[in-house]
Amino acid sequence: MEITAFTASQLLELLSNKKISPKELLSAYLKHIENINRKTNIFIHIDPEELIKTSKNIDTEKTLLKGLPIAIKDNICVKNQLTTCGSHILKGFKPPYNATVIDKLQQQGAIIMGKVNMDEFAFGSSCESSYYGPTRNPWNTECAPGGSSGGSAAAVAAGIAPWSLGSDTGGSIRQPASLCGVAGLKPTYGRISRYGLIAFASSLDQIGPLTRDVRDSALLMNIISGYDSKDSTSANMPVPNYLNCLNQDIKGIKIAIPREYFISGTDEDVKAGVLKAIDVLKKLGAQLEEISLPHTEYAVAAYYIIAPSEASSNLARFDGVQYGLRETARTSDAENPLIEMYSKTRANGFGIEAKRRIILGTYALSSGYYDAYYLKALKVRTKIAEDFKTAFKKFDCILTPTSPTGAFKLGEKLNDPLAMYLSDIFTISANLAGIPALSVPCGFTKENLPVGLQLMARPFEEETLLKIAYAYEQSTEWHKKMPEL
Amino acid sequence: MNINKNTIEYVAKLAKIQLDLQSLEDLTLQLDKILHYMEKLNQLNTDNTPITCHVLELKNVFREDSSLPSLPNNAVLSNAPEKEKGHFKVPKVI
Repeated sequence: MEITAFTASQLLELLSNKKISPKELLSAYLKHIENINRKTNIFIHIDPEELIKTSKNIDTEKTLLKGLPIAIKDNICVKNQLTTCGSHILKGFKPPYNATVIDKLQQQGAIIMGKVNMDEFAFGSSCESSYYGPTRNPWNTECAPGGSSGGSAAAVAAGIAPWSLGSDTGGSIRQPASLCGVAGLKPTYGRISRYGLIAFASSLDQIGPLTRDVRDSALLMNIISGYDSKDSTSANMPVPNYLNCLNQDIKGIKIAIPREYFISGTDEDVKAGVLKAIDVLKKLGAQLEEISLPHTEYAVAAYYIIAPSEASSNLARFDGVQYGLRETARTSDAENPLIEMYSKTRANGFGIEAKRRIILGTYALSSGYYDAYYLKALKVRTKIAEDFKTAFKKFDCILTPTSPTGAFKLGEKLNDPLAMYLSDIFTISANLAGIPALSVPCGFTKENLPVGLQLMARPFEEETLLKIAYAYEQSTEWHKKMPEL
Repeated sequence: MNINKNTIEYVAKLAKIQLDLQSLEDLTLQLDKILHYMEKLNQLNTDNTPITCHVLELKNVFREDSSLPSLPNNAVLSNAPEKEKGHFKVPKVI
C-alpha cells in the first residue's frame, strides 16, 4: 500500500517510531500532489520549496503531530501564505496573522501543506464557483466533489493529504465528505474558534475536520477544539478527549430516523445505502425508531434568507481598501471616485454566485422587506431548532442521508441556483439549530460514487456521533475504499 | 411578490456592485424564482414564535479595558493596494 493511502493515525505511528521522517513523508505527498493535482485541481496555493524547509525544523519529540501534514481550506488564514477564499477579490492576500486553529496545529508540529479549493467565499455546493476553476471528484473527474469544502474532501479522498480542515455553514463539510467518500464533522457552533476563518455567515459557520476515518476526526478535534478569547462566540466549556469515546458500546443507544429525510427526490441508491447502515446499527444493539421533524421542508428557504443576509454584511469589507483587488475609477468623469472604486472593485472581484448572494441578502435586509423575509426566516429558524430539541428529549442521535444524491456532473446545476440550493436540503438544519453533525461513507451508487450517512446529536455531544460512527465503521469496509486516479 | 429590474438595480447600488445589463437581467429572473420559493415560509404561522439569531445562550463578553498586543502598522498595511504615511489610501472623497 502506498504511504499516501494511510490514515493520519497510522502515519503518526510511523513518525513516532521514526520509521519515516517529516521530510520523507512530506516529499511522498508532494510527489503525489504533482501527479494528481493536474487531473483534479485540488491544491490552489502551495509552495513545495518552503514546505521542505519547514519539514526539516519540526520538533518530533515534544509535539503531538510530529510533522504530520494537513491541507487547509482557502478561507482559513495562514500567516504570510496566500488566503483567497477562492475569490479574485482577495488576489494576493497574505494574512498578517494565523487563525487560532492554525496556531494550535503548528504548536503541535503539524505542517500546513497549503490551500485547497473551495466555492468562492464558501458560496456553493459543487466547488464550481471558485475563481481558480472547479475541483474534480477523485471518484469520477467528470463529477463535482461537492462544496463548499470540495478541495478539502477531494484532497483526503485522493490521498494527496492525510487529513484536512474545512468549514461548514450549511453542509460545506458534510456534503463534500459524502460525495467524496470520506468522514466529515461539523462540530457544535462554538466548539471551535472561528478567529481567522473568513466569515460567510457568522451565526452558522464552524470549522471542522475531513478525514479518512472516524478515529482521525476524533484526533483532530482534540487539537482544534476549545474556547478562544479572540472569538467571543466560542464556548467556554471543557474539551473531552474525543479518542476515549471511540471504543464504547452503542448497545441501547436511541437513534431517530426522521421520515421527512426519506421522501421523494432522494436517489434509490442513497436510500439503499442508508437502510443497510440502519441494519448494521441495529445489529450493534442500537434502538432505531421513526420520528417526524415537521419543519424540515422550510429549512432551505429559511437558510437561503439568513445565510445571504449575514454574508451581505460580512462581505461589505471587500472594497479595495485594505487588501486584495482594487479597480481604479476613471477620475476625470467619476461623480464620486471612491464609490466608483468600491463598485468596480466589487463588480470585477466577485463571481456571479457571490454577487447573487450579496444582492439577495441586501434585499432581504433592506427597508420594507426586512420583516417579511429576514425576521420571518429567524422565526422559522426557531421552529426548526425546536423540532430538534423535542427529538433529543427522547433520542441520543438522529440518522439521515447526508445528501439526496451521489456526486453530480460538473455544470449540471450551474445555471439553476435554486436546484443547487436544494442539494443542501439534508445538511442545513444542523447549522440552523447549531448542533453537531457528521457524515461517514455508507456505500456506493450504481455509478460507483460514494454515499454518505449523516448523524446529528445534541449540542456539544460530538462524542455521541464519534462513538456511533466509529462502531459503524468498525463493522464496514466503506472507509477503506480509495478511488483509482 | 414579484421582483423587477429596477429593484435589483437599486439593491445592487446599495451593495456597491456595478452590474452590466446581462447580469441585471439574469439576476432579476433568478432572484424572482428564488424569492418565489421563499414564500413557502408564509405557510407557517409564526405570530407567537420568538426569533433565533444565535443558537448559543451567550451573554455579552466584557474584559478589562487594558491594552493588549496588536499588529504593527506595517503588518496591517502589508496587503493594502495603496498606502501612504502609515495609512490606507483611497480615492478623493471631497
